[in-house]
Amino acid sequence: MKRGRAASTRLDETTIIPLTGLRRPVMTGPVRWFSVKRTPYRDSMRLTDSDRAMLGGEQGEAAAIAMGLVVAAGSALGAPGLLDITGAHIDSCLYHGQASLDFAERLLRSGGAVSVPTTLNVGSLDLLHPDLYRGDPDTARKARALMDAYLAMGCQPTWTCAPYQLASRPALGEQVAWGESNAIVFANSVLGARTNRYGDFLDICCAITGRAPATGLHTDGGRMATIQLDVVVPDECLDRDLLYVALGHHLGRTVGTEVAVITGLDERAGEDRLKALGAAAASSGAVGMFHVEGITPEAPSRKTALGGRAAHSVVTVGLSELRRVISDFHSDGNELGAVSVGTPHASLSELEMLARLATGRASAVPFYVNTGRDVLAEAAGQGLVGILEGFGAQFVTDTCTYTTPIMGSVQGSVMTNSGKWAHYAPANLGVDVVLAEMADCVESAVRGRVTLELTL
Amino acid sequence: MTAVLVPGEATGEVVVLESPLSFWGGFDPVTGEITDRSHPQHGVSLAGKIVVMGHGRGSSSSSAVLAESLRLGTGPAALVLGEADQILVTGALVAHLLYEAACPVVVASMPPGASGIWRVSGAGLESV
Repeated sequence: MKRGRAASTRLDETTIIPLTGLRRPVMTGPVRWFSVKRTPYRDSMRLTDSDRAMLGGEQGEAAAIAMGLVVAAGSALGAPGLLDITGAHIDSCLYHGQASLDFAERLLRSGGAVSVPTTLNVGSLDLLHPDLYRGDPDTARKARALMDAYLAMGCQPTWTCAPYQLASRPALGEQVAWGESNAIVFANSVLGARTNRYGDFLDICCAITGRAPATGLHTDGGRMATIQLDVVVPDECLDRDLLYVALGHHLGRTVGTEVAVITGLDERAGEDRLKALGAAAASSGAVGMFHVEGITPEAPSRKTALGGRAAHSVVTVGLSELRRVISDFHSDGNELGAVSVGTPHASLSELEMLARLATGRASAVPFYVNTGRDVLAEAAGQGLVGILEGFGAQFVTDTCTYTTPIMGSVQGSVMTNSGKWAHYAPANLGVDVVLAEMADCVESAVRGRVTLELTL
Repeated sequence: MTAVLVPGEATGEVVVLESPLSFWGGFDPVTGEITDRSHPQHGVSLAGKIVVMGHGRGSSSSSAVLAESLRLGTGPAALVLGEADQILVTGALVAHLLYEAACPVVVASMPPGASGIWRVSGAGLESV
Protein backbone atom coordinates (compact mmCIF):
# COMPACT_ATOMS: atom_id res chain seq x y z
CA MET A 1 0.00 0.00 0.00
CA LYS A 2 2.79 2.38 0.81
CA ARG A 3 4.39 3.79 -2.28
CA GLY A 4 6.64 6.39 -0.80
CA ARG A 5 5.63 9.00 1.66
CA ALA A 6 6.85 12.32 2.90
CA ALA A 7 9.84 12.17 5.21
CA SER A 8 7.97 14.07 7.86
CA THR A 9 5.28 11.43 8.40
CA ARG A 10 5.57 9.43 11.55
CA LEU A 11 3.23 6.67 10.54
CA ASP A 12 3.69 3.08 11.48
CA GLU A 13 2.87 0.16 9.20
CA THR A 14 -0.89 0.72 9.15
CA THR A 15 -1.42 3.33 6.50
CA ILE A 16 -4.86 2.26 5.36
CA ILE A 17 -7.75 3.37 7.49
CA PRO A 18 -10.80 1.40 6.42
CA LEU A 19 -14.14 3.17 6.16
CA THR A 20 -17.66 1.87 6.46
CA GLY A 21 -19.17 2.14 3.00
CA LEU A 22 -22.70 3.14 2.18
CA ARG A 23 -25.02 0.58 0.67
CA ARG A 24 -25.86 2.88 -2.19
CA PRO A 25 -22.69 4.74 -3.00
CA VAL A 26 -23.77 5.62 -6.52
CA MET A 27 -22.13 8.97 -7.07
CA THR A 28 -20.34 8.33 -10.33
CA GLY A 29 -21.47 9.72 -13.64
CA PRO A 30 -23.95 12.51 -14.23
CA VAL A 31 -26.68 12.79 -11.64
CA ARG A 32 -29.87 14.07 -13.25
CA TRP A 33 -31.65 14.15 -9.93
CA PHE A 34 -31.59 12.26 -6.70
CA SER A 35 -33.51 9.01 -6.57
CA VAL A 36 -33.98 5.92 -4.44
CA LYS A 37 -31.14 4.27 -6.32
CA ARG A 38 -28.73 7.19 -6.47
CA THR A 39 -29.01 8.87 -3.10
CA PRO A 40 -26.26 7.76 -0.73
CA TYR A 41 -27.88 6.46 2.44
CA ARG A 42 -27.67 3.60 4.83
CA ASP A 43 -30.10 0.70 5.01
CA SER A 44 -30.36 1.33 8.74
CA MET A 45 -32.34 4.45 7.89
CA ARG A 46 -36.07 3.67 7.74
CA LEU A 47 -38.00 5.71 5.21
CA THR A 48 -41.78 5.78 5.03
CA ASP A 49 -43.58 4.89 1.82
CA SER A 50 -44.26 8.56 1.17
CA ASP A 51 -40.57 9.43 1.76
CA ARG A 52 -39.62 6.79 -0.79
CA ALA A 53 -42.26 7.95 -3.23
CA MET A 54 -40.98 11.50 -3.01
CA LEU A 55 -37.40 10.30 -3.39
CA GLY A 56 -38.51 8.34 -6.44
CA GLY A 57 -39.85 11.47 -8.11
CA GLU A 58 -43.59 10.88 -7.66
CA GLN A 59 -44.04 14.48 -6.49
CA GLY A 60 -41.79 15.98 -9.11
CA GLU A 61 -38.13 16.61 -9.59
CA ALA A 62 -37.68 19.38 -7.01
CA ALA A 63 -39.21 17.25 -4.26
CA ALA A 64 -37.00 14.34 -5.30
CA ILE A 65 -33.85 16.48 -5.17
CA ALA A 66 -34.94 17.90 -1.81
CA MET A 67 -35.74 14.50 -0.34
CA GLY A 68 -32.45 13.13 -1.65
CA LEU A 69 -30.50 15.77 0.24
CA VAL A 70 -32.57 15.35 3.41
CA VAL A 71 -32.02 11.60 3.31
CA ALA A 72 -28.29 11.89 2.56
CA ALA A 73 -27.81 14.39 5.39
CA GLY A 74 -29.84 12.23 7.76
CA SER A 75 -27.80 9.20 6.81
CA ALA A 76 -24.57 11.10 7.38
CA LEU A 77 -25.73 11.83 10.91
CA GLY A 78 -26.91 8.29 11.53
CA ALA A 79 -30.59 9.28 11.79
CA PRO A 80 -32.94 6.29 12.06
CA GLY A 81 -35.54 8.08 9.89
CA LEU A 82 -37.25 11.39 9.22
CA LEU A 83 -39.87 13.36 11.13
CA ASP A 84 -42.51 15.96 10.21
CA ILE A 85 -41.74 19.63 10.70
CA THR A 86 -44.24 22.46 11.19
CA GLY A 87 -42.10 25.32 9.88
CA ALA A 88 -38.77 26.33 8.42
CA HIS A 89 -36.42 29.31 8.35
CA ILE A 90 -34.25 29.61 5.26
CA ASP A 91 -30.69 30.91 5.29
CA SER A 92 -30.04 29.98 1.65
CA CYS A 93 -31.46 33.30 0.39
CA LEU A 94 -28.19 35.07 1.27
CA TYR A 95 -26.02 35.15 -1.85
CA HIS A 96 -22.68 33.35 -1.56
CA GLY A 97 -21.91 33.01 -5.24
CA GLN A 98 -23.32 31.45 -8.36
CA ALA A 99 -23.84 28.10 -6.62
CA SER A 100 -26.46 29.68 -4.32
CA LEU A 101 -28.44 30.91 -7.30
CA ASP A 102 -27.93 27.81 -9.45
CA PHE A 103 -29.39 25.62 -6.70
CA ALA A 104 -32.42 27.83 -6.03
CA GLU A 105 -33.21 28.18 -9.72
CA ARG A 106 -32.77 24.45 -10.23
CA LEU A 107 -35.36 23.79 -7.52
CA LEU A 108 -37.70 26.48 -8.81
CA ARG A 109 -37.45 25.35 -12.44
CA SER A 110 -38.25 21.81 -11.41
CA GLY A 111 -41.38 22.84 -9.49
CA GLY A 112 -40.01 23.56 -6.00
CA ALA A 113 -42.51 24.92 -3.46
CA VAL A 114 -42.46 24.89 0.32
CA SER A 115 -44.96 22.64 2.10
CA VAL A 116 -44.78 24.30 5.56
CA PRO A 117 -44.83 27.97 6.69
CA THR A 118 -41.36 29.24 5.90
CA THR A 119 -39.62 32.49 6.86
CA LEU A 120 -36.60 33.95 5.11
CA ASN A 121 -33.30 35.02 6.63
CA VAL A 122 -31.44 38.13 5.54
CA GLY A 123 -30.58 38.43 1.89
CA SER A 124 -27.63 40.33 0.44
CA LEU A 125 -29.64 43.46 -0.35
CA ASP A 126 -31.60 45.97 1.69
CA LEU A 127 -34.79 46.14 -0.35
CA LEU A 128 -36.15 49.03 1.74
CA HIS A 129 -32.95 51.10 1.47
CA PRO A 130 -31.49 49.97 -1.88
CA ASP A 131 -29.21 53.01 -2.21
CA LEU A 132 -27.06 51.72 0.66
CA TYR A 133 -25.54 49.00 -1.52
CA ARG A 134 -22.01 49.84 -2.66
CA GLY A 135 -21.04 46.52 -4.24
CA ASP A 136 -20.79 45.11 -7.72
CA PRO A 137 -24.02 45.58 -9.76
CA ASP A 138 -23.82 42.09 -11.25
CA THR A 139 -23.64 40.56 -7.77
CA ALA A 140 -26.62 42.69 -6.75
CA ARG A 141 -28.63 41.44 -9.71
CA LYS A 142 -27.88 37.81 -8.82
CA ALA A 143 -28.55 38.43 -5.12
CA ARG A 144 -31.93 39.88 -6.04
CA ALA A 145 -32.68 36.94 -8.33
CA LEU A 146 -31.87 34.62 -5.43
CA MET A 147 -34.22 36.44 -3.07
CA ASP A 148 -36.94 36.36 -5.75
CA ALA A 149 -36.45 32.61 -6.30
CA TYR A 150 -37.16 31.88 -2.63
CA LEU A 151 -40.25 34.09 -2.69
CA ALA A 152 -41.40 32.25 -5.79
CA MET A 153 -41.11 28.97 -3.87
CA GLY A 154 -43.64 30.30 -1.38
CA CYS A 155 -41.42 31.62 1.44
CA GLN A 156 -42.49 34.71 3.42
CA PRO A 157 -40.56 37.98 2.82
CA THR A 158 -39.47 38.35 6.44
CA TRP A 159 -35.77 38.96 5.60
CA THR A 160 -34.52 38.70 9.16
CA CYS A 161 -31.89 36.72 11.02
CA ALA A 162 -34.06 37.02 14.16
CA PRO A 163 -37.26 35.19 13.11
CA TYR A 164 -37.90 34.58 16.82
CA GLN A 165 -38.75 38.30 17.04
CA LEU A 166 -41.64 37.91 14.59
CA ALA A 167 -45.25 37.82 15.82
CA SER A 168 -45.48 34.11 15.07
CA ARG A 169 -42.71 31.91 16.42
CA PRO A 170 -42.46 28.22 17.24
CA ALA A 171 -43.58 26.95 20.63
CA LEU A 172 -41.98 24.64 23.18
CA GLY A 173 -41.47 21.19 21.70
CA GLU A 174 -42.36 22.19 18.13
CA GLN A 175 -40.26 20.45 15.44
CA VAL A 176 -38.88 22.90 12.87
CA ALA A 177 -35.96 23.13 10.42
CA TRP A 178 -34.11 26.39 10.81
CA GLY A 179 -31.01 27.76 9.15
CA GLU A 180 -28.94 30.71 10.47
CA SER A 181 -26.76 29.77 13.40
CA ASN A 182 -28.00 32.40 15.86
CA ALA A 183 -31.65 31.62 15.09
CA ILE A 184 -31.03 27.91 15.56
CA VAL A 185 -29.47 28.34 18.99
CA PHE A 186 -32.24 30.73 20.08
CA ALA A 187 -35.02 28.44 18.85
CA ASN A 188 -33.61 25.48 20.74
CA SER A 189 -32.40 27.20 23.87
CA VAL A 190 -34.86 30.01 24.55
CA LEU A 191 -38.05 28.87 22.79
CA GLY A 192 -37.60 25.15 23.38
CA ALA A 193 -38.47 24.48 19.74
CA ARG A 194 -36.46 21.69 18.14
CA THR A 195 -34.10 22.10 15.22
CA ASN A 196 -30.74 20.83 14.18
CA ARG A 197 -28.16 23.16 12.65
CA TYR A 198 -29.47 23.24 9.09
CA GLY A 199 -27.05 24.57 6.54
CA ASP A 200 -27.76 26.38 3.31
CA PHE A 201 -29.51 24.12 0.76
CA LEU A 202 -30.74 21.64 3.36
CA ASP A 203 -33.05 24.21 4.97
CA ILE A 204 -35.10 24.68 1.79
CA CYS A 205 -35.06 20.92 1.19
CA CYS A 206 -36.70 20.39 4.58
CA ALA A 207 -39.22 23.14 3.80
CA ILE A 208 -40.12 21.53 0.46
CA THR A 209 -40.44 18.00 1.85
CA GLY A 210 -41.81 18.96 5.27
CA ARG A 211 -39.39 16.40 6.68
CA ALA A 212 -36.16 16.47 8.65
CA PRO A 213 -33.70 13.85 9.94
CA ALA A 214 -34.94 12.54 13.31
CA THR A 215 -31.72 12.97 15.19
CA GLY A 216 -29.66 15.27 17.39
CA LEU A 217 -31.50 18.30 18.76
CA HIS A 218 -34.82 16.99 17.39
CA THR A 219 -34.70 14.21 20.00
CA ASP A 220 -34.97 14.26 23.81
CA GLY A 221 -31.57 12.65 24.22
CA GLY A 222 -29.80 15.06 21.89
CA ARG A 223 -30.95 18.04 23.95
CA MET A 224 -29.41 16.97 27.23
CA ALA A 225 -26.44 18.94 28.47
CA THR A 226 -23.16 17.05 28.68
CA ILE A 227 -21.03 19.81 30.13
CA GLN A 228 -21.62 22.35 32.89
CA LEU A 229 -20.38 25.94 32.87
CA ASP A 230 -20.48 27.70 36.24
CA VAL A 231 -20.41 31.49 35.93
CA VAL A 232 -18.79 33.03 38.99
CA VAL A 233 -18.72 36.83 38.72
CA PRO A 234 -19.61 39.78 40.98
CA ASP A 235 -23.39 40.23 41.03
CA GLU A 236 -23.38 43.67 39.38
CA CYS A 237 -21.71 42.16 36.29
CA LEU A 238 -24.98 40.35 35.53
CA ASP A 239 -26.43 43.80 34.70
CA ARG A 240 -23.93 44.26 31.87
CA ASP A 241 -24.92 43.22 28.35
CA LEU A 242 -21.25 42.68 27.57
CA LEU A 243 -21.08 39.84 30.08
CA TYR A 244 -23.48 37.74 28.01
CA VAL A 245 -21.62 38.45 24.78
CA ALA A 246 -18.29 37.48 26.30
CA LEU A 247 -19.82 34.44 27.96
CA GLY A 248 -21.22 33.32 24.61
CA HIS A 249 -17.85 33.55 22.94
CA HIS A 250 -16.25 31.66 25.79
CA LEU A 251 -19.00 29.02 25.64
CA GLY A 252 -18.43 28.42 21.92
CA ARG A 253 -14.68 28.13 22.38
CA THR A 254 -15.10 25.79 25.33
CA VAL A 255 -17.81 23.38 24.19
CA GLY A 256 -17.60 23.32 20.36
CA THR A 257 -20.73 21.41 19.36
CA GLU A 258 -21.81 20.20 22.80
CA VAL A 259 -24.91 21.22 24.74
CA ALA A 260 -23.93 22.99 27.96
CA VAL A 261 -25.90 23.94 31.05
CA ILE A 262 -24.87 27.35 32.38
CA THR A 263 -25.30 28.08 36.07
CA GLY A 264 -24.89 31.30 38.00
CA LEU A 265 -27.18 33.53 35.91
CA ASP A 266 -30.60 34.81 36.96
CA GLU A 267 -33.69 36.49 35.49
CA ARG A 268 -31.55 39.38 34.27
CA ALA A 269 -30.64 37.00 31.41
CA GLY A 270 -33.60 38.13 29.28
CA GLU A 271 -34.26 37.36 25.63
CA ASP A 272 -31.99 40.07 24.21
CA ARG A 273 -29.08 38.92 26.34
CA LEU A 274 -29.67 35.25 25.58
CA LYS A 275 -29.82 36.18 21.89
CA ALA A 276 -26.41 37.86 22.19
CA LEU A 277 -25.02 34.93 24.14
CA GLY A 278 -26.22 32.35 21.62
CA ALA A 279 -25.12 34.35 18.58
CA ALA A 280 -21.60 34.68 19.98
CA ALA A 281 -21.48 30.99 20.93
CA ALA A 282 -22.60 29.97 17.44
CA SER A 283 -19.83 32.13 15.95
CA SER A 284 -16.90 31.00 18.06
CA GLY A 285 -18.16 27.42 18.18
CA ALA A 286 -20.81 25.24 16.57
CA VAL A 287 -23.23 25.56 19.47
CA GLY A 288 -26.80 24.61 18.55
CA MET A 289 -28.28 24.74 22.04
CA PHE A 290 -27.48 25.70 25.61
CA HIS A 291 -29.44 25.66 28.85
CA VAL A 292 -29.42 28.29 31.57
CA GLU A 293 -30.40 26.81 34.90
CA GLY A 294 -33.64 28.31 36.16
CA ILE A 295 -34.13 30.45 33.05
CA THR A 296 -34.47 28.48 29.81
CA PRO A 297 -37.56 26.28 29.44
CA GLU A 298 -35.87 22.87 29.52
CA ALA A 299 -33.63 23.66 32.49
CA PRO A 300 -35.72 24.10 35.63
CA SER A 301 -32.68 22.60 37.31
CA ARG A 302 -29.22 21.58 36.19
CA LYS A 303 -30.18 17.98 36.93
CA THR A 304 -33.05 18.13 34.43
CA ALA A 305 -30.88 19.82 31.82
CA LEU A 306 -28.26 17.12 32.26
CA GLY A 307 -30.91 14.40 31.93
CA GLY A 308 -30.04 13.04 35.37
CA ARG A 309 -26.49 12.23 34.33
CA ALA A 310 -23.32 13.82 35.59
CA ALA A 311 -21.62 16.38 33.36
CA HIS A 312 -18.41 14.98 31.89
CA SER A 313 -16.77 18.20 32.96
CA VAL A 314 -17.63 21.20 35.06
CA VAL A 315 -15.91 24.40 33.98
CA THR A 316 -15.80 27.60 36.01
CA VAL A 317 -15.88 30.92 34.17
CA GLY A 318 -14.80 34.07 35.96
CA LEU A 319 -14.03 37.65 35.06
CA SER A 320 -10.50 36.87 33.90
CA GLU A 321 -11.75 34.54 31.15
CA LEU A 322 -14.44 36.99 30.07
CA ARG A 323 -12.05 39.96 30.06
CA ARG A 324 -9.71 37.95 27.86
CA VAL A 325 -12.50 37.47 25.31
CA ILE A 326 -13.27 41.19 25.28
CA SER A 327 -9.60 42.07 24.84
CA ASP A 328 -9.49 39.79 21.78
CA PHE A 329 -12.01 42.15 20.17
CA HIS A 330 -10.32 45.38 21.09
CA SER A 331 -8.14 46.89 18.41
CA ASP A 332 -5.57 49.50 19.40
CA GLY A 333 -6.06 53.23 19.11
CA ASN A 334 -9.12 55.32 19.81
CA GLU A 335 -9.86 56.47 16.27
CA LEU A 336 -13.52 55.66 15.54
CA GLY A 337 -14.67 55.10 11.96
CA ALA A 338 -18.23 53.89 12.44
CA VAL A 339 -20.59 52.05 14.77
CA SER A 340 -22.69 49.03 13.85
CA VAL A 341 -25.28 47.54 16.20
CA GLY A 342 -28.11 45.08 15.72
CA THR A 343 -26.44 41.77 14.83
CA PRO A 344 -28.54 39.68 15.14
CA HIS A 345 -31.25 42.12 14.07
CA ALA A 346 -32.17 44.53 16.88
CA SER A 347 -35.36 43.79 18.79
CA LEU A 348 -37.92 46.44 19.65
CA SER A 349 -36.62 46.55 23.22
CA GLU A 350 -33.06 47.09 21.97
CA LEU A 351 -34.27 49.96 19.77
CA GLU A 352 -36.05 51.43 22.81
CA MET A 353 -32.82 51.26 24.80
CA LEU A 354 -30.88 52.82 21.93
CA ALA A 355 -33.46 55.62 21.59
CA ARG A 356 -33.18 56.38 25.33
CA LEU A 357 -29.41 56.69 24.99
CA ALA A 358 -29.54 58.70 21.76
CA THR A 359 -32.35 61.16 22.46
CA GLY A 360 -31.24 64.76 21.91
CA ARG A 361 -27.74 63.75 20.84
CA ALA A 362 -25.96 63.48 17.49
CA SER A 363 -23.54 60.90 16.19
CA ALA A 364 -20.29 62.21 14.74
CA VAL A 365 -19.65 59.02 12.77
CA PRO A 366 -21.80 56.74 10.57
CA PHE A 367 -24.02 54.75 12.95
CA TYR A 368 -25.68 51.67 11.48
CA VAL A 369 -28.62 49.93 13.11
CA ASN A 370 -29.50 46.53 11.64
CA THR A 371 -33.02 45.32 12.27
CA GLY A 372 -35.86 43.39 10.69
CA ARG A 373 -38.43 45.21 8.57
CA ASP A 374 -41.24 44.06 10.87
CA VAL A 375 -39.48 45.43 13.96
CA LEU A 376 -38.68 48.66 12.08
CA ALA A 377 -42.36 49.14 11.28
CA GLU A 378 -43.28 48.63 14.94
CA ALA A 379 -40.53 51.03 16.03
CA ALA A 380 -41.77 53.64 13.57
CA GLY A 381 -45.24 53.33 15.07
CA GLN A 382 -43.77 54.14 18.49
CA GLY A 383 -41.79 57.14 17.26
CA LEU A 384 -38.42 55.47 17.82
CA VAL A 385 -37.33 55.70 14.21
CA GLY A 386 -37.63 59.50 14.19
CA ILE A 387 -35.55 59.78 17.38
CA LEU A 388 -32.85 57.51 16.05
CA GLU A 389 -32.70 59.12 12.63
CA GLY A 390 -32.41 62.47 14.42
CA PHE A 391 -29.36 61.06 16.19
CA GLY A 392 -27.92 60.16 12.80
CA ALA A 393 -28.63 56.43 12.79
CA GLN A 394 -28.84 54.68 9.42
CA PHE A 395 -31.28 51.78 9.54
CA VAL A 396 -30.33 48.67 7.60
CA THR A 397 -33.06 46.08 7.06
CA ASP A 398 -33.35 42.82 5.11
CA THR A 399 -29.58 42.31 5.31
CA CYS A 400 -26.69 43.10 7.64
CA THR A 401 -23.66 45.39 7.50
CA TYR A 402 -21.21 42.50 7.69
CA THR A 403 -22.68 40.40 4.88
CA THR A 404 -22.92 42.98 2.14
CA PRO A 405 -20.96 46.10 1.08
CA ILE A 406 -22.73 48.99 2.79
CA MET A 407 -20.15 50.67 5.00
CA GLY A 408 -17.54 51.50 2.36
CA SER A 409 -13.99 52.26 3.48
CA VAL A 410 -13.71 53.07 7.17
CA GLN A 411 -10.97 55.16 8.79
CA GLY A 412 -10.51 53.84 12.30
CA SER A 413 -12.14 51.07 14.26
CA VAL A 414 -15.76 50.04 14.08
CA MET A 415 -17.50 49.71 17.44
CA THR A 416 -20.20 47.14 17.94
CA ASN A 417 -22.15 45.64 20.81
CA SER A 418 -22.42 42.36 18.91
CA GLY A 419 -20.11 39.44 19.54
CA LYS A 420 -21.13 37.92 16.23
CA TRP A 421 -20.36 41.08 14.26
CA ALA A 422 -17.03 41.44 16.08
CA HIS A 423 -16.20 37.85 15.18
CA TYR A 424 -16.95 37.97 11.45
CA ALA A 425 -16.46 41.59 10.36
CA PRO A 426 -12.64 41.67 10.46
CA ALA A 427 -12.43 38.90 7.81
CA ASN A 428 -15.54 39.92 5.85
CA LEU A 429 -14.89 43.66 5.70
CA GLY A 430 -11.23 44.05 6.60
CA VAL A 431 -12.05 46.35 9.53
CA ASP A 432 -10.73 46.54 13.08
CA VAL A 433 -13.36 46.19 15.78
CA VAL A 434 -13.99 47.27 19.35
CA LEU A 435 -16.61 45.27 21.25
CA ALA A 436 -18.50 47.38 23.79
CA GLU A 437 -21.77 48.02 25.60
CA MET A 438 -24.48 49.85 23.62
CA ALA A 439 -24.09 52.87 25.93
CA ASP A 440 -20.38 53.09 25.14
CA CYS A 441 -21.14 52.74 21.41
CA VAL A 442 -23.46 55.75 21.63
CA GLU A 443 -21.10 57.78 23.82
CA SER A 444 -18.20 57.08 21.46
CA ALA A 445 -20.29 57.96 18.41
CA VAL A 446 -21.17 61.32 19.95
CA ARG A 447 -17.55 62.08 20.85
CA GLY A 448 -16.20 60.71 17.57
CA ARG A 449 -13.61 58.54 19.28
CA VAL A 450 -13.52 55.23 21.11
CA THR A 451 -14.59 55.77 24.70
CA LEU A 452 -14.93 52.84 27.06
CA GLU A 453 -16.47 53.31 30.46
CA LEU A 454 -18.44 50.12 30.93
CA THR A 455 -15.98 47.29 30.45
CA LEU A 456 -16.27 44.28 32.72
CA MET B 1 -16.39 5.61 13.79
CA THR B 2 -15.07 5.68 10.27
CA ALA B 3 -17.67 6.19 7.58
CA VAL B 4 -18.26 7.49 4.08
CA LEU B 5 -20.71 10.40 4.11
CA VAL B 6 -20.28 11.46 0.50
CA PRO B 7 -18.80 8.73 -1.71
CA GLY B 8 -16.06 9.32 -4.24
CA GLU B 9 -12.33 9.17 -4.75
CA ALA B 10 -9.70 11.86 -4.36
CA THR B 11 -5.94 12.12 -4.05
CA GLY B 12 -4.13 15.15 -2.73
CA GLU B 13 -1.83 16.70 -0.20
CA VAL B 14 -3.11 16.53 3.36
CA VAL B 15 -3.80 19.75 5.26
CA VAL B 16 -4.68 19.15 8.89
CA LEU B 17 -6.61 22.13 10.27
CA GLU B 18 -5.18 23.08 13.64
CA SER B 19 -8.46 24.58 14.78
CA PRO B 20 -12.06 24.42 13.47
CA LEU B 21 -12.86 26.52 10.41
CA SER B 22 -16.13 28.08 9.33
CA PHE B 23 -16.05 28.08 5.52
CA TRP B 24 -18.38 31.07 5.57
CA GLY B 25 -16.52 34.04 6.94
CA GLY B 26 -13.28 32.06 7.14
CA PHE B 27 -12.53 30.87 3.61
CA ASP B 28 -12.55 32.69 0.28
CA PRO B 29 -14.06 30.55 -2.50
CA VAL B 30 -12.41 32.74 -5.15
CA THR B 31 -8.84 32.18 -3.92
CA GLY B 32 -9.33 28.92 -2.02
CA GLU B 33 -7.50 30.38 0.97
CA ILE B 34 -8.31 30.59 4.68
CA THR B 35 -9.25 34.23 5.40
CA ASP B 36 -10.14 33.95 9.11
CA ARG B 37 -7.50 36.18 10.68
CA SER B 38 -7.82 34.39 14.01
CA HIS B 39 -7.17 30.98 12.42
CA PRO B 40 -3.64 29.62 12.94
CA GLN B 41 -3.48 28.69 9.23
CA HIS B 42 -4.68 32.07 7.93
CA GLY B 43 -3.59 32.36 4.27
CA VAL B 44 -3.18 28.61 3.71
CA SER B 45 -4.75 27.30 0.47
CA LEU B 46 -7.21 24.41 0.69
CA ALA B 47 -7.59 24.09 -3.10
CA GLY B 48 -7.17 20.48 -4.17
CA LYS B 49 -6.15 19.42 -0.66
CA ILE B 50 -7.34 16.55 1.50
CA VAL B 51 -8.60 18.73 4.33
CA VAL B 52 -8.68 17.14 7.77
CA MET B 53 -10.89 18.93 10.30
CA GLY B 54 -11.87 17.88 13.79
CA HIS B 55 -15.29 19.47 13.48
CA GLY B 56 -17.01 22.28 11.65
CA ARG B 57 -17.72 25.61 13.25
CA GLY B 58 -19.97 28.60 12.96
CA SER B 59 -22.17 29.62 10.13
CA SER B 60 -24.82 27.52 8.50
CA SER B 61 -23.81 29.22 5.22
CA SER B 62 -20.69 27.07 5.04
CA SER B 63 -22.43 24.60 2.73
CA ALA B 64 -22.99 27.33 0.12
CA VAL B 65 -19.40 28.53 0.36
CA LEU B 66 -18.09 24.97 0.02
CA ALA B 67 -20.31 24.37 -3.04
CA GLU B 68 -19.21 27.65 -4.62
CA SER B 69 -15.54 26.77 -4.15
CA LEU B 70 -16.13 23.36 -5.73
CA ARG B 71 -17.82 25.09 -8.67
CA LEU B 72 -14.81 27.36 -9.07
CA GLY B 73 -12.30 24.53 -8.62
CA THR B 74 -10.79 26.14 -5.53
CA GLY B 75 -12.37 23.75 -3.04
CA PRO B 76 -10.88 20.83 -1.16
CA ALA B 77 -10.30 17.53 -2.97
CA ALA B 78 -11.88 15.74 -0.01
CA LEU B 79 -12.89 16.38 3.57
CA VAL B 80 -11.85 14.09 6.41
CA LEU B 81 -13.94 15.00 9.43
CA GLY B 82 -13.64 14.09 13.08
CA GLU B 83 -17.43 13.94 13.36
CA ALA B 84 -20.34 13.88 10.91
CA ASP B 85 -21.39 17.34 9.75
CA GLN B 86 -24.56 17.77 7.70
CA ILE B 87 -23.62 21.30 6.63
CA LEU B 88 -20.49 20.18 4.79
CA VAL B 89 -22.16 17.01 3.46
CA THR B 90 -24.90 19.12 1.92
CA GLY B 91 -22.41 21.48 0.30
CA ALA B 92 -20.51 18.60 -1.29
CA LEU B 93 -23.69 16.89 -2.53
CA VAL B 94 -25.09 20.04 -4.09
CA ALA B 95 -21.82 20.70 -5.91
CA HIS B 96 -22.07 17.18 -7.26
CA LEU B 97 -25.70 17.63 -8.26
CA LEU B 98 -25.17 20.96 -10.02
CA TYR B 99 -21.66 20.69 -11.43
CA GLU B 100 -20.69 17.02 -11.10
CA ALA B 101 -17.87 18.26 -8.88
CA ALA B 102 -16.54 15.53 -6.62
CA CYS B 103 -15.59 16.13 -3.01
CA PRO B 104 -15.81 12.94 -0.98
CA VAL B 105 -16.55 13.48 2.69
CA VAL B 106 -15.58 10.84 5.24
CA VAL B 107 -15.45 10.56 9.00
CA ALA B 108 -12.13 9.11 10.15
CA SER B 109 -9.24 9.95 12.39
CA MET B 110 -6.01 10.57 10.55
CA PRO B 111 -2.91 9.24 12.33
CA PRO B 112 -1.11 12.00 14.24
CA GLY B 113 1.48 13.69 12.09
CA ALA B 114 -0.10 12.61 8.79
CA SER B 115 1.18 14.63 5.87
CA GLY B 116 2.13 14.21 2.22
CA ILE B 117 -0.14 12.75 -0.43
CA TRP B 118 -3.11 10.63 0.58
CA ARG B 119 -5.94 8.98 -1.30
CA VAL B 120 -9.53 8.95 -0.05
CA SER B 121 -11.82 6.30 -1.51
CA GLY B 122 -14.59 3.91 -0.54
CA ALA B 123 -11.85 1.53 0.66
CA GLY B 124 -10.47 3.99 3.13
CA LEU B 125 -7.68 6.50 3.61
CA GLU B 126 -4.32 5.54 2.23
CA SER B 127 -0.99 7.33 2.06
CA VAL B 128 0.47 7.16 -1.44
